[in-house]
Amino acid sequence: MTELDELYQEVILEHSKAPRNYRRPEATNRTAEGYNPLCGDRFTVFLDMEGDAIRDIGFQGSGCAISRASASMMTQSVKGKSKEAAARLFEEFHRLVTGEAKTAEERTKLGKLAAFAGVSKFPVRVKCATLAWHTMQSALEGKQNVVSTE
Amino acid sequence: MTRLAHRPISEPLQEASAQEAVAPGAGFPNGEEIRRDFPILSERVHGKRLVYLDNGATSQKPWAVIHAIMRYYEQDNANIHRGVHTLSMRATEAHDAARRTVQHFLHAGEAREIVFVRGATEAINLVAQSYGRAHVTAGNEVLITAMEHHSNIVPWQMLCEEKQARLRVAPIDDCGELRMEEFEKLIGPRTRIVAVTHVSNALGTVNPLRRIIDLAHRQNVPVLVDGAQAAPHLPVDVQALDCDFYAFSGHKVYGPTGIGAIYGKAALLDAMPPYQGGGDMIRSVTFEKTTYNELPFKFEAGTPDIAGAIGLGAALEYVGALGMDNIAAHGQDLLAYATEAVGAIPGVRLIGTASQRAGVLSFVSDHVHPHDLGTILDREGVAIRTGHHCAQPVMDRFGIPATARASFAVYNTREDIDALVEGIAKAHEVFG
Ligand SMILES: Cc1ncc(COP(=O)(O)O)c(C=O)c1O
Repeated sequence: MTELDELYQEVILEHSKAPRNYRRPEATNRTAEGYNPLCGDRFTVFLDMEGDAIRDIGFQGSGCAISRASASMMTQSVKGKSKEAAARLFEEFHRLVTGEAKTAEERTKLGKLAAFAGVSKFPVRVKCATLAWHTMQSALEGKQNVVSTE
Repeated sequence: MTRLAHRPISEPLQEASAQEAVAPGAGFPNGEEIRRDFPILSERVHGKRLVYLDNGATSQKPWAVIHAIMRYYEQDNANIHRGVHTLSMRATEAHDAARRTVQHFLHAGEAREIVFVRGATEAINLVAQSYGRAHVTAGNEVLITAMEHHSNIVPWQMLCEEKQARLRVAPIDDCGELRMEEFEKLIGPRTRIVAVTHVSNALGTVNPLRRIIDLAHRQNVPVLVDGAQAAPHLPVDVQALDCDFYAFSGHKVYGPTGIGAIYGKAALLDAMPPYQGGGDMIRSVTFEKTTYNELPFKFEAGTPDIAGAIGLGAALEYVGALGMDNIAAHGQDLLAYATEAVGAIPGVRLIGTASQRAGVLSFVSDHVHPHDLGTILDREGVAIRTGHHCAQPVMDRFGIPATARASFAVYNTREDIDALVEGIAKAHEVFG
């Protein structure tokens, strides 16, 4: 598989074309906006929190295939998790896309998200893959500012 | 307040039409010959021949420029204007010669009307901070257009904020052309300066400068032209244009980064306060009073980028030898070819379809986001720019977050465009 095929895995392409949870949940009680000025990607992440648990999550906005797929798959993987578990997952995901997750074990632990391993060969795309995550993090922390990846 | 002396315009209001330029003359070398002048073009990218189509961001440098800089450091390096020794005189002479080369490139009347700066950005800041702060007061207006690069917006915003003046923006139409009737209405008794780009970096639009300048001058309003994208593509004659200031960056015209120039009419520059204080820009200093140096040194505080100026001089001599008319014709040929080829790809929409365009082809695709396209093209050895091109208001105007932009230079060929088109097709396959 070429590096390009590894970047644009089937599952990533599929999520970018038909993103999941592309909506604003009824009971949204936290939102944050994320912006990557370099490429113009802009997402809003909506959280429906019950105490420290993510009861529901959605997102809207526009961006490249990597950022859209990442946002879509993120919403699937953090739904139902606690704030701490989501933050931990982001940390592991971040290690994956920056090429720090060296062991197969570390990667498989991420389940479907492991598809983003190919991003590590494209350092300028790390920001695309993490934009939604940074935005979610900021919503979890209740920050009001627009998150910028610059 | 010093107002601009009105200079009647005798010649007819005719734009030097880029589109009507003749085919490259017999003296214009073919693509492969020109490629050999640029060593970087033999680099391979992901095992592919480099197809460099990001010239709007910065152009590559010919041997002539690389050698001129090397030769300067090998043989002539010394500080200028302050030594009686041989090297200092040689360096001074080379620096002066570079200024004369810029003068001829812009067809300015006098060498002292050319001030070396870091690039178009600093050039515009110089005018905003010096001319602008001296002439713009509360309630005044600065007029720009909706197609400006951030560097021809922000310096004016800063000025207007400081002076409680108002920034007015002339709108553009769906093709990316300036709406002249609106522009005309926006020039009024409160307008103190018009700042307009010659060629839009995001849309490729060539503005009708002669008309713009004439309209402004009828109201005694001076005009600054941002020539950053025009200088590489069109012959520039500041006297024929009768513009008051003309800014450009060396690195987009095959010169090194960190050097550019601002042309200003001598009478305006003379009356303007200095931009920065320091050495070289003064005639005499006591702690009570400083007398400023004559033009252009009044605006060149401190040791300048001597090697950069010499490199820029070499770059402009290089384009001069090719001939700006030939370069313009070659650019028009490529742009027409690219417009047709890229425009014909299903799902692709061109952004910027003005009747007069130069150097730049901006587009979006229904199937692939510009950023993904940029990554895929890079793997094919094709370098383009993706994003908002430091022209966010232009993106907002067209309701898009970003475009893909191919921008051309003397060394590009129709084959390069073919490679671009194949790359786009490949991206469409991936995202099909
Ligand atoms: C139209 C235009 N103006 C100004 C600039 C700024 O030039 P520089 O960054 O060299 O100062 C650019 C460069 O991208 C440009 O395209």
